[in-house]
Amino acid sequence: MRFIFKTDYAQDIALVKHNGQAFWYGLLVLVMLAAPFWAGDYWLSQLSFVLIYAVAGLGLMVLSGFTGLASIGHAAFLGVGAYVQTVLSAKGWPFPLTMALAAGLSAAVGVVVGLPALRVKGIYLAIATLSAGFIVEEVLARWESVTKGNAGISVTSPQFFGADLGSSEAFYYIALGTCVLVTLAVLNLLRSATGRAFIAIRDSEVSAQSMGIHLAGYKTLAFALSAAIVGLAGALYAHKLRFISPDQFGIQQSVDLLLLVVVGGLGSVHGAFLGAIFLITMPQLIAMGKDWLPPAIGQATGLQAVVYGVVLMAFVLFEPMGLYGRWLKVRTWLQLFPFYRRGLFKRQKSYAKSERLK
Amino acid sequence: MTPNLSTGTSGTPLLVARDLSVRFGGVLAVNQVSFEVQRGEVFTLIGPNGAGKTTVFNLISRIYTPTTGTLHFEGQLLSDKPPHDIAALGIARTFQNIELFENATVLQNLLIGHHIHRGAGFWSNLFFTRASRDAELAARLSAERVIDLLGLQPLRDSFVAGLPYGKRKVVELARALCMRPKLLLLDEPSSGLNVEETEDMAWWIQDIKTELGITVLMVEHDMSLVSRVSDRVLAMNQGEVLALGTPAEVQAHPGVIEAYLGSVDDVSSLRRAAA
Repeated sequence: MRFIFKTDYAQDIALVKHNGQAFWYGLLVLVMLAAPFWAGDYWLSQLSFVLIYAVAGLGLMVLSGFTGLASIGHAAFLGVGAYVQTVLSAKGWPFPLTMALAAGLSAAVGVVVGLPALRVKGIYLAIATLSAGFIVEEVLARWESVTKGNAGISVTSPQFFGADLGSSEAFYYIALGTCVLVTLAVLNLLRSATGRAFIAIRDSEVSAQSMGIHLAGYKTLAFALSAAIVGLAGALYAHKLRFISPDQFGIQQSVDLLLLVVVGGLGSVHGAFLGAIFLITMPQLIAMGKDWLPPAIGQATGLQAVVYGVVLMAFVLFEPMGLYGRWLKVRTWLQLFPFYRRGLFKRQKSYAKSERLK
Repeated sequence: MTPNLSTGTSGTPLLVARDLSVRFGGVLAVNQVSFEVQRGEVFTLIGPNGAGKTTVFNLISRIYTPTTGTLHFEGQLLSDKPPHDIAALGIARTFQNIELFENATVLQNLLIGHHIHRGAGFWSNLFFTRASRDAELAARLSAERVIDLLGLQPLRDSFVAGLPYGKRKVVELARALCMRPKLLLLDEPSSGLNVEETEDMAWWIQDIKTELGITVLMVEHDMSLVSRVSDRVLAMNQGEVLALGTPAEVQAHPGVIEAYLGSVDDVSSLRRAAA
């Protein structure tokens, strides 16, 4: 068990809390930087997908995990980001600029989609975002002069002042850099007043309001920020796929993103990464499992959807804190061995909630 | 209404309520209530359940808007302000049924209380600039002073969801103090507390008044606590003011006794019915 002796308030806001963290995260960064040397083409490509989905997951995490606003339409922002990136890259604009614009436009769409969030909550907000998702998908399909509609559009490789960054190694580093920057930005928000205001809104709106937190302002900000981050992920996604069409940004994708944050662990930054790893490795595991299953089940269509559904239900029922919550328990078990007791993470029955002030 | 009792505190009143009324459909929850809270006093609202005490609180924190009447805080009309601007004026509150941020640590709760003094905006926070860092350190120092006052050191990093009820009450008080308010609204600070915890709460309310110089407006049912800490008491029943004065005066007021215990006529009529 590690005890940190704090002698300075700055220790509480430091990103790296102790030497152990410095060592493991440092090692992780080195391993990731060296990935093109140790991973083959296939694994490098899978790693890139993990990074892209981790960025998208962070975006949804800001909204659902930290601000407590549900969204089943987040693929829309992925789509906006992807199409902005595709159209502007085709004009030969440098990729940092196109990505910034992808994030910006996506944020603008996010503000519009977020407007109902100021009025409705819970399941009604979920429905509102769901319909917004359909609307965006439809716009992408019908606005043929720009998006080439359902026929799809091929994506040029990232450009940077004449240099073509189309190789899988170059793209991997772009994805890695984006992912690191987004993670740092989210961590920065979480250790300052803005992030705490999000958490306050998630846990008690009436109380947040009487602390002087402008509910409408911060909810809109959360939507814009979340959409901007997912837009960045969309820009990367477009380059990774090299060919995009509107049906890739439909409800299936939105549900995948939701699955990612719930399985990873709502309300944790680690959760976005664990969820992304889960989302990318799961199809491989299912494909491997197919050979072992009787053909009637293994070859059945929709096997993946069923497995995803079962996994999601299992997490909601047995591990609402997701993979990250499970990891915390495992870590505590290891640290306390052999003194771990079963009820350690049992929450007390929560006290009767008041008639919430409406 | 009994004549206004001067407490000897100088200057203009901090909070002035004039003919406050609020109607929910057919229910007149608060009816023509007027009172003034002087700077530096502990002013208590008492009354049976449903008397409209918490509604008065919710009017002050702008969760409700009065149907008629006005509320002035330091001369500013409160109904002009949106609810999230009330905190910045210097009004902090606690809730009758504890509204803490459950999935955050005690320290985070206190820092959220510090929100109106945040000192750095979104972009500064995003890049965690020098301004954000300084603001965080300042917030932490101010939270730590409150932790020190209320003895919350062992709970700093505990999640609120795992705390017992009595501790949550203290954390809620601490969070309100982190706002560095001029007026503190306490909605039943001792409800659900045991004898010792109530004793602590009484000390803290006195400390808040004398050492921090914060004016306290509270709703409370525990009459021993009320008479111990309050300078003036306002008794309400069914949305109307019954009596206003020192704790002893209000407790002796026939109208108050009637509101709590019923009148002699009621008892005699019961006796007749039984006979």
